[in-house]
Amino acid sequence: MVNSSAAVVAAGLRVRRGKAEVLHGLDFSVPSGQVVGLLGPSGSGKSTLMRAIVGAQRMASGELTVLGMPSGSPTLRRQVGYVTQAPSVYDDLTVVQNLRYFSTIIGAPASDCARVLREVDLEPQGHQLVGNLSGGQRSRVSLGVALLGSPRLLVLDEPTVGLDPVLRRALWGLFASLAVSGVSLLVSSHVMDEARRCDRILLLHDGLLLADETPDGLLARTKTTDADDAFLALIAEAEAGNRSPVHATDHPEHHPEHHPEHRAGHHAAKHDGTRDTKHHGNAE
Amino acid sequence: MNPKLTLATTARVLAQIRHDPRTVALLLVVPSLLIGLMAWIFVNTKEFETIAPALLALFPFIIMFLITSITTLRERRSGTLERLMTMPLGKFDFIVGYTLAFGLLAIIQSLVAVGYAVWVCGLSISGNPWLLILVAVANAVLGTTLGLFASAFAATEFQVVQFMPALVFPQILLGGIFIPRAQMPDVLRSISDWLPLSHSIEALQKVTTATNATGTILTEVGIVALWALGFVVVGSLTLRRQTP
Repeated sequence: MVNSSAAVVAAGLRVRRGKAEVLHGLDFSVPSGQVVGLLGPSGSGKSTLMRAIVGAQRMASGELTVLGMPSGSPTLRRQVGYVTQAPSVYDDLTVVQNLRYFSTIIGAPASDCARVLREVDLEPQGHQLVGNLSGGQRSRVSLGVALLGSPRLLVLDEPTVGLDPVLRRALWGLFASLAVSGVSLLVSSHVMDEARRCDRILLLHDGLLLADETPDGLLARTKTTDADDAFLALIAEAEAGNRSPVHATDHPEHHPEHHPEHRAGHHAAKHDGTRDTKHHGNAE
Repeated sequence: MNPKLTLATTARVLAQIRHDPRTVALLLVVPSLLIGLMAWIFVNTKEFETIAPALLALFPFIIMFLITSITTLRERRSGTLERLMTMPLGKFDFIVGYTLAFGLLAIIQSLVAVGYAVWVCGLSISGNPWLLILVAVANAVLGTTLGLFASAFAATEFQVVQFMPALVFPQILLGGIFIPRAQMPDVLRSISDWLPLSHSIEALQKVTTATNATGTILTEVGIVALWALGFVVVGSLTLRRQTP
């Protein structure tokens, strides 16, 4: 599964910000045409990882290949759509003016604005100033900008934050249909519930990967039935592992088949068997 | 640099300003009001003839410095700059796009201010009035590029406003408005020789008082333009595609 056709491949990726190391050597891949959820508590390094993938964050060491090229390559600037955590659009322009400006910059066809406006469900607001929109609408404008020019990889930093359940479901439906059309997506969230909607999950905690699995595989591994419990179990296990090498005595209830090295992503080899169901596209 | 992207950026900046009519009104009206006030203050003396040109040099410089430093700081803080830097927009497209937009605003602002000074306040211009506009635009570009540069060193709007007294006031004090530069102590005089604003004030005073000084004026404008170019280059170094 981890092969050259993957949209993102990281090997030993370390990132330092200032004096502190934020990402401590990550190995993972984002397969093409899938929705990969990047989950983890705030401060775990999700945004830093996403910024490294889009080339906005310098790496300390390791390799990061995006669509077959080193991250930050100029050719990637038209092929990767990126949504930052705060809506990065111009408040003093209308929705359409924002979309038109960014589509000129990336050289997208003129028809793209109308398509994107429809996809993020903002047609009625097209001629309103972004500054007058609600928080959820504003973040959809930001998402719309990332969809311009039909990028092959979308890196979305908490795109559904502040959205109501109906819109959240609609957007996850959009992500799934994009994945079906061949687009690869890396979507971060701290709402564990959204994990169920991803094809795969990367769980980041304190700059280390705790899991790189399918949602079902994760539940099976942690012997839990819901995403929240699974994450809490993994995080508790990781923290126990940090405090004491004999973590099994601290948390006997979580010890089966787990070893501290899972944190470093050494378990990547055993995912294939557990992927049998796809969650995208299900209408619920 | 890609002219299409530069012009798109210029159009975008102008569209942003169009949505803020109060700023546009203040930009166009305030300089004239202040010039009118000056003319009134000096109504019984000859001072207006020397102070008015200096004011015409100062307005575009100060106002464009403030507007540019705050708008680019906003771009840095809102994430739009980071987004643009992950897109195929060149750094010079960004800076030149801004400079063109604010340069255009400065032309309009200067036309209004010069027209008001000449026709309403009775300022006499011995030289070519178009040279006056040229110097005003050069000053606006200087303010724009200095503002771009300053915004890189400010983390908040508060800090950027503090750069005004730090970077702009010394140039005003040493520019020869309060006392002719020739009468300053030698050290200050030579510092003043190196400051861009001294040259633009000198150019404007030449335009209003001398009839045949086009060569000198163009040299002074050239010095101002070199400074502006320098700020553009240094400013582009502060735009980074990658943060450490």
